Amino acid sequence: MICLEAGYRPPLNRKRTTLTEGLTHEPTTHRALQHHFENMEQQREAGTLGMWVFLVTELMFFGGLFLAYTIYRYQYPAAFATASNHLDIRLGGVNTVVLIVSSFTMAMAVFSTQLGRRRNSVIYLLLTIVLGMTFLGIKAVEYHDKYVDSLIPGQLIPGRPFNPAVAKPGDTDPHKLHLVEGANVRNVELFYWIYFAMTGLHALHMIIGIGLLIVLTIMAGRGRFGPEYHAPVEISGLYWHFVDIIWIFLFPLLYLLGRHLEGHLG
Amino acid sequence: MSEHIVHPRVYLTIFLALMLGTGLTVLAAFRDFPGPLNAIVALTIAVVKATLVILYFMHVRYSSRLIWLIIGSALFWLAILFALTISDYWTRTWLPPL
Repeated sequence: MICLEAGYRPPLNRKRTTLTEGLTHEPTTHRALQHHFENMEQQREAGTLGMWVFLVTELMFFGGLFLAYTIYRYQYPAAFATASNHLDIRLGGVNTVVLIVSSFTMAMAVFSTQLGRRRNSVIYLLLTIVLGMTFLGIKAVEYHDKYVDSLIPGQLIPGRPFNPAVAKPGDTDPHKLHLVEGANVRNVELFYWIYFAMTGLHALHMIIGIGLLIVLTIMAGRGRFGPEYHAPVEISGLYWHFVDIIWIFLFPLLYLLGRHLEGHLG
Repeated sequence: MSEHIVHPRVYLTIFLALMLGTGLTVLAAFRDFPGPLNAIVALTIAVVKATLVILYFMHVRYSSRLIWLIIGSALFWLAILFALTISDYWTRTWLPPL
């Protein structure tokens, strides 16, 4: 009542609904518009917001793992340097480049879809899928190398407990652990727990992302997206870039931070 | 607010900057800097790379303030997680054992 006195006017009846029609849309609205949204713009922004909230929860649980890494690296720097130096920096580096290129192709897929260039969107989405699979393939090679060197922690692989060979001074066998001064093999195992937890979760996210991209490619090929409706491509792009960001931190933390200690072998 | 379409030229620039950052971080890793400087250099490069991805690839530079608020609150909570846990581990050795 106060509102009325203050000159409040209730909002005008929306154009596209009347009492008799109920919640039906004008024929001009996009068929992808859900009934609880006013227009495509509002629907797109709500979707983007929802995706960001989801990514925040993702950041929170990856954050816990990054924290575990930080604490134990601070407590056992020599063991972490030893374990980190055993990782293959070339494979890790190539994978970093592969992921960055895939983020670029993903961004280009979003751009092509925004402009309604159907053929280009399909091409860029396919390129992103191929790059994602390349990443996973290289990751599988790395995991296999760790298996060969008995570096899978605990008893995760039956019959292959964590039991790496330790190199004696002067021995340059790359399959053996080259202990940095003060390193303990038990703490090297701790590094590999964190390594497999973080890269494994990251790889799981890549697999989910590739699944999303396959669905998007099919939808794009069928002409489901255009300048008015491309939110699924955009939102999946956010997810893909987020997974890229996690790797941007994993690569230096896991592969690089012990390299300058290679001269201080114990 | 209508949607902002980012030009491919911007994407390409960001992509090249990310590649440059990757090269720099690998080069820096093999140099023995004094104290904790190796970790600081590596993390600074990673933070810059992540910021570029968030601002341009993820369009946050052109997004509403609500998105900025969500990201800001995420970083704030992450900071709490790290600050409180690390302050515990860091100060444990300050007192002699009982």
